[in-house]
Amino acid sequence: MGHYSYFVTIFLMVAGLYVTIARGNLVKKLVGLSICQTSVYLLYLAPGKLIGATAPIVAPQYATYSNPLPHVLILTAIVVGVATLALGLALVVRIREAYGSIEEDQILAEDGRRDAAA
Amino acid sequence: MLEHLPALQVVVPLMSAPLIVLLRRPGAAWLVSTLASFAAFAIAVALALRVAATGTVSYAMGSWPPPWGIEYRVDALSAFMLVLVAGVAALVMPYARRSVAAEVPERQVYLFYAMYCLCVAGLLGMTITGDLFNVFVFLEISSLSTYVLIALGRGRRALLAAFQYLIVGTIGATFYVIGIGLLYLVTGSLNFVDVAQRLSGVGELRPVLAALAFITVGLGLKLALFPLHQWLPNAYAYAPSVVTTFLAATATKVSVYVLVRFYFLVFAPSQALEGVPVGAVLVALSAAAILAMSLVAVFQPDLKRMFAYSSVAQIGYITLGLGVANESALTGSLAHLVNHGVTKCALFLLVGGIVLRGGDTSFASLAGLGRRMPWTSFGIVIAGLSLIGVPATAGFTSKWYLIAGAAEQGSWWIVALLVAGSLIAVAYVWRFVEVAYLAPAPAGAAVHEPPWSMRIPQAVAVALCVVLGLFTAFNVGYARRAVDLLLGGGQ
Repeated sequence: MGHYSYFVTIFLMVAGLYVTIARGNLVKKLVGLSICQTSVYLLYLAPGKLIGATAPIVAPQYATYSNPLPHVLILTAIVVGVATLALGLALVVRIREAYGSIEEDQILAEDGRRDAAA
Repeated sequence: MLEHLPALQVVVPLMSAPLIVLLRRPGAAWLVSTLASFAAFAIAVALALRVAATGTVSYAMGSWPPPWGIEYRVDALSAFMLVLVAGVAALVMPYARRSVAAEVPERQVYLFYAMYCLCVAGLLGMTITGDLFNVFVFLEISSLSTYVLIALGRGRRALLAAFQYLIVGTIGATFYVIGIGLLYLVTGSLNFVDVAQRLSGVGELRPVLAALAFITVGLGLKLALFPLHQWLPNAYAYAPSVVTTFLAATATKVSVYVLVRFYFLVFAPSQALEGVPVGAVLVALSAAAILAMSLVAVFQPDLKRMFAYSSVAQIGYITLGLGVANESALTGSLAHLVNHGVTKCALFLLVGGIVLRGGDTSFASLAGLGRRMPWTSFGIVIAGLSLIGVPATAGFTSKWYLIAGAAEQGSWWIVALLVAGSLIAVAYVWRFVEVAYLAPAPAGAAVHEPPWSMRIPQAVAVALCVVLGLFTAFNVGYARRAVDLLLGGGQ
């Protein structure tokens, strides 16, 4: 069971990737992408945590503490993830205004129709 | 002041972006971003000269010494890339004023320049930093701004192209973070040099292999390594001309550069990769890219799309040299980073002029272009010759080294492949010549070239295609020094 967190990480990663690739709805694609990104947070955080340890406080009564670096890194990664999601959703709004749909197959069919007309 | 040049290299364009958003007026936005890109170019040249004189420059960000703090590291390889990225950024700026005004709605122009500055800052940051995680942060800064820049293109297809690139680019960046996460778990360090030292002499280790796989696929998506290139043709075809030019000349090249750093300075010193056919896989994918994508380019109905597919093929030449990985082939690869960057920069600048005057780049509407835009057509032919690799052009020198590298290794099929790729390039450049010079011009068409502010950057880029073929001190000279660094283990 020592690798429990890795199994969860890999399950989330693969599930997210699958949704991103297999779903035609642009919002669902972004949901999948977010799940995939979230799995990475776990990959970093789980090994940095020691059970029973505290935050890194330099004082004689605290002997064992968790590694703070992965937490800091993931804080940055979360910000990046939020920015990506926000930009992706903004693009979906614009796509919906331009095409009247957020289903990939309908959008591609729309573009194809215009090519045929041109 | 001077010792802070490595930090200023990134900070100047980075801080220009919020300044531009505050200024809002299109003219002021253009001026700030022009000054920032020229300042970045001046800093890059100053750093390159210092590296040439005194060797590697290491800068401790916030005075935290590496490997604990973030190190900015300028060595022969990164100085070379900084000059390329900042040089193209500066060259494109005088051109951008008219081109952007014509292609982007006026109320969005200031956002365009803000995003452009962020993109430049991101690419320069990826190049200069010596920290694995910092590469990811700058990669995302440049990627996020790139998605916005592509979405600013005319027509709704630009939106879809930007969205598709966002999905693929984010998967690529996520794979990259997974890769460096695994490396961090194994080594406990995030500094390139420190990780390489801790990995040296390590035997076969599965997390390192997994890290290699994730980093290769992640960066492969960003650099459009065949068959991970599907995002690129649409993104290039529908983005504003200035964006296409800048991305084609720099963005994919910086990802190649990061991959080179990983292969030769992080993974090579460890024994973990012995028996893993990284080189063979790269050579096979590159060969497929060169043949398949050149052939696809021949059959494109649109000039901009044709050059976009040709970019994927040309990236194949660069990764081919990394796969062969002897001294000549690597020199060819690194020189091709610059040569292809300059050549594609020239081509897309010229195509942007056609967009400004005609608005359409499909071959059907280019008939008789040689009479309507004689200088533009002539420029495309010269840069096209460099794309093919005709002697006395930039493209020739790098292909020569690639062929020499393949021949040294005795891989004659690679030599044949390189020649075949060049012959197919003749076919697609000829398509332009045929349409522009041999097809009759529509009646009543007068000579109508783009304005001087666009013609001068175009002329400089086309001239560089020839100058870099005749005087190889910058491209091949610097590439050689960088190869010494790579094969010497980073010292």
